[in-house]
Amino acid sequence: MIYADNAATTKMSKAAIDTMFRLVNDTWGNASSLYSVGQTSKEVLEQAREDIANLIGAEPKEIIFTSGGSEADNQAILSAAKIGASKGKKHIISSAFEHHAVLHTLERLKEDGFEITLLDVHEDGIIREDELEDAIREDTCLVTIMYANNEIGTVQPISRLGEICKKHNVLFHTDAVQAIGHIPVNVNDDNVDMLSASAHKFHGPKGVGFLYVKKGIRVTNLINGGAQEKGRRAGTENVPGIAAMAVALKEAVESLSENYENVSKKRDCLIEGLSKIEHSALNGDAKKRLPGNVNFCFEGIEGESLLLLLDDKGIMASSGSACTSGSLDPSHVLLAIGRVHDVAHGSLRLTINEETTDEDVEYIIKAVDEVVTYLRSFSPIWRDLVAGKKQFIL
Amino acid sequence: MALYSEKVMDHFRNPRNVGVIEDADGVGEVGNAKCGDIMKMYLKIDNDIISDVKFETFGCGSAIASSSMATELIKGKPISEAMELTNKAVAEALDGLPDYKMHCSVLAEEAIKSALDDYHSKQGK
Repeated sequence: MIYADNAATTKMSKAAIDTMFRLVNDTWGNASSLYSVGQTSKEVLEQAREDIANLIGAEPKEIIFTSGGSEADNQAILSAAKIGASKGKKHIISSAFEHHAVLHTLERLKEDGFEITLLDVHEDGIIREDELEDAIREDTCLVTIMYANNEIGTVQPISRLGEICKKHNVLFHTDAVQAIGHIPVNVNDDNVDMLSASAHKFHGPKGVGFLYVKKGIRVTNLINGGAQEKGRRAGTENVPGIAAMAVALKEAVESLSENYENVSKKRDCLIEGLSKIEHSALNGDAKKRLPGNVNFCFEGIEGESLLLLLDDKGIMASSGSACTSGSLDPSHVLLAIGRVHDVAHGSLRLTINEETTDEDVEYIIKAVDEVVTYLRSFSPIWRDLVAGKKQFIL
Repeated sequence: MALYSEKVMDHFRNPRNVGVIEDADGVGEVGNAKCGDIMKMYLKIDNDIISDVKFETFGCGSAIASSSMATELIKGKPISEAMELTNKAVAEALDGLPDYKMHCSVLAEEAIKSALDDYHSKQGK
């Protein structure tokens, strides 16, 4: 079996599992309780906060633990919107290929009278600095741009974009869910005011994440109740999960350079191998992308069939395919980079990691080639393309 | 629970009647690439009986399985019976399809009707 869907989720690391198991037993006390069992939990919780803060160049009090990336995105955007609205600023800038945790939150703000500008992400999946600067207005209260795209893996010039926001005195949030632990992330170097992260994307547990908020920025509480997280997020803390997240992030950051080199080499081999399949195309810039991300379109076939047949061959992958999500529209990310519907339906996302071997890479290339050829053999579109009745797009 | 029934997966993995009939008596193509599904049906008809049927499909697992099952359901049957094939019958024969995939069975029904229409219009000439 080859797991090539690490952008969907990662397997927990042994150290994270061990930490979690141990702490389910050792830190069962409520971190808000004053007696020693509770205080033990509190100490573990605060240590995790400090560790995570150190790993991204933040201060401990700037870290708010959440249920994951989606909650962090919601909280960051709604907080900035509230601050903006109080000053009469109701314009937000984002990009067309953000995660739905961002896009749907922005849709909701639209109903409340906010104006949203979505920046073009171009054919290479990269936002242009000058286009951000041009889009900033007097009433812009927030710019929210993902660090790296979850489908095509393209990495944005976050530090430069942050600098522009700073210059114009606009809050800058980044959804770093796919980036953190995989490429260097530092809130100071990156000029970000808010940053979202999710543990299960870097070998931590599911249901845990965090939001970094630079001190001085007023945070809107989404979950009302107790005074946990300094009143910024109510609910008894998931101490074992949070501590396991800290351990996983520490491991990921410590082995980042080594993994980056190793994984991106395999990524490049995959890209090279899959490019040999005729009428195929890589989605997103070939180099400015996450080390483990490969995303292709194959003309004349549909993504779900490709995934099911790859699964039969022991390869677990993903697609922006309409059919897998239950909607008829193909991936909004692929449409945003200008792929037409006909081609966007035939997409494949492979997200490998440090455990992927050279043999796996070879096997994947061979398997994808076989399945694409097979599906094309009875595709009426492919027949028309080959017969010259239709023009090839790729 | 798996995404699809065993029967859907069987017809998806081993589709029946795949291919082209070069001298088909009726050909029908439905769907469009924009929506992600295209089905093409080829019929050979002798004495009002569907003596042979082949299909080509661009689409998801359930689209391929629906095409395959539909061809099985009409092969060797009189035209009158094939005209009455419903998408429900195709879906039922596959032990059901997820709700959001029912349109695949509709396409299969439409593809057969389209091929039969083509046959009838050619006969009319």
